Amino acid sequence: MSTLFKDRPVWAERPSLPARAGKNTALAAIAVVIIFPLYVVILTSLSPASAVNSAGGLVLVPQGISLQAYADLFSGGVVTRAVLVSLGVTAVGTLVSLVATILAAYGLSQPGSLWHRPLLFGVLLTFLFAPGMIPLYLLVSNLGLIDSYWSLILPTAVNAFNLVVMRAFFMNLPKEIGDSARVDGASEWTILTRLVLPMSKGVTAVVGLFYAVGYWNAFFNAILYINDNSKWPLQLILRQYVQQGQQLSSSSVIGDAVQGGTASAPNLAIQMAIVVVALVPVTFIYPLVQKHFTKGVIIGAVKG
Amino acid sequence: MTERTLTKGGSSSPATASRRRGGRGRPPTVPDHRGGNGVPRRSGPPFRARLRRDWQLLLMTLPAIGLLAVFHYTPTLGNIIAFQDYNPWDGIWGSPWVGFAHFERLFTDPRFWNAASNTLIIAAVQLVFFFPIPIALAILLDSVLSPRLRMVLQSIVYMPHFFSWVLVVTLFQQILGGAGLFSQILRQNGYAPLDVMTDPDAFLFVVTSQMIWKDAGWGTIIFLAALAAVNQNLYESAAVDGAGRWRRMWHITLPGLRPVIILLLILKIGDILNVGFEQFYLQRDAFGSSVSEVLDTYIYHQTLVTGNFSAGAVAGLVKGVVGLILIILANKLAHKMGEHGVYRRA
Repeated sequence: MSTLFKDRPVWAERPSLPARAGKNTALAAIAVVIIFPLYVVILTSLSPASAVNSAGGLVLVPQGISLQAYADLFSGGVVTRAVLVSLGVTAVGTLVSLVATILAAYGLSQPGSLWHRPLLFGVLLTFLFAPGMIPLYLLVSNLGLIDSYWSLILPTAVNAFNLVVMRAFFMNLPKEIGDSARVDGASEWTILTRLVLPMSKGVTAVVGLFYAVGYWNAFFNAILYINDNSKWPLQLILRQYVQQGQQLSSSSVIGDAVQGGTASAPNLAIQMAIVVVALVPVTFIYPLVQKHFTKGVIIGAVKG
Repeated sequence: MTERTLTKGGSSSPATASRRRGGRGRPPTVPDHRGGNGVPRRSGPPFRARLRRDWQLLLMTLPAIGLLAVFHYTPTLGNIIAFQDYNPWDGIWGSPWVGFAHFERLFTDPRFWNAASNTLIIAAVQLVFFFPIPIALAILLDSVLSPRLRMVLQSIVYMPHFFSWVLVVTLFQQILGGAGLFSQILRQNGYAPLDVMTDPDAFLFVVTSQMIWKDAGWGTIIFLAALAAVNQNLYESAAVDGAGRWRRMWHITLPGLRPVIILLLILKIGDILNVGFEQFYLQRDAFGSSVSEVLDTYIYHQTLVTGNFSAGAVAGLVKGVVGLILIILANKLAHKMGEHGVYRRA
């Protein structure tokens, strides 16, 4: 019943055939329900016009491969720009968030230091209430950040949960390391960068993933703060052209997105290609970090 | 790195060393049973000495504390516009005060009560139909013996958690919507297409399915951790005593999960007004606001569409205050039942 056992423990009876069949069917069904929509979307985005037409919509069975939809998307237009915006916001935002979070997590990892308690309390208190959408909007507006990419980064830059996770991890490191370095005259900065961070790659990867996914997926912030649709991140494009189904080729907004127009991929393939573009970074980064979830980085930290 | 210690600067001059020792000269502390969170009473080392010792740590907390102060605490104070007729030209300092006028208007607005009741209905449905699924799924995953297969399955079920709501709603639309795959197959076989993605009667079913698809897998993490912590000898002794697999699940597995289940249940109650936002915003037009308007979308449409900032701030403030009360009550309940809650008893 646990990871401890690679083989069935001797005391456990072998489940009956129907029980095993039922369990395996359930597991397979769960996997299919999650993977099937992704499969259909990816396949349709890669299908030539003939396949989309003969399927009468989404393609279930591969009938040739065409990269036309992606060529159209990345021919320089609304989608290309949105991808660059999202990538930029994600990269800069994750960097800002990680730096601020790591520094504060370390700065608060030593009980008894000056103002440790009130500062920690100030961080934890943010768990209990949200400032509210309207006052936050007015603040961002008064700071002149409307239509600035910083409005997508600064309001969500520090997440108290991530900070607490990091801090708990730092506090669980053996304290002798820091102490002996301090005796040797090392500054806190040196201890953090040379000793603590190299031991904290897992938690940094997990927290970095949380932040990166948050920035990449951010949708509502952009609805609130970005009025200029030439600055829209990918999620808003995804909504307008796929979820709301606005025609890409006929839209004046996207006029130059599909250059040539006539030789372009079917609208549905382009739409599905946008979905795939929104999907891909998450599915690529995720496996690199996933192993840390099962190692209990988060759970251990939350318990701490 | 739990407690700041006394021995620093071994190479410094005697004078500095003694001053530093003075700065750190706290009496030996009583072992802290609250897990290192509590700090012992200090006999008051001089402030300047502590500043000299800890200024680097303080400097490090500055960016994060600054960001939280500006983007969390300042707008929290900004909620005072709920008592004003706020307009952007006069600002917070110049807008006229109107007392509780906006509260009265809010509580007599049928759309607010519609949003509030939708929120509670959705929360209740989540509690009944979403909450047990990660538990069942965790028990199922935990019974997979092969570590490799288990790893693959975990990777698959965690993944949708990292997709945006726009993406999840789009995927559902492509499969279940009027122009989606399901209707496409129906149409090709001579049946009428079925569009559940715009049917108000199907709304609760659709949004709950979306939540399950997106987050049920991720929700297993905490239960899997709890299952791994169950003493394996219990299973063995029970099996030796003749308990079958269902009796073992009932008498060992579920009691092992009990504290986590209670804790999450209580947290869920404290969080009942936050049913999610983007999911409902995205589908409000498709299903209609009578079923899909929740408190957050109500606030948005009250304000940023009509420009009446104070009306939206009032609704946000009411939601925030009720939410805060619920969290505090839920924690009280957690402590009563011997659990930790989100924050510890001070």
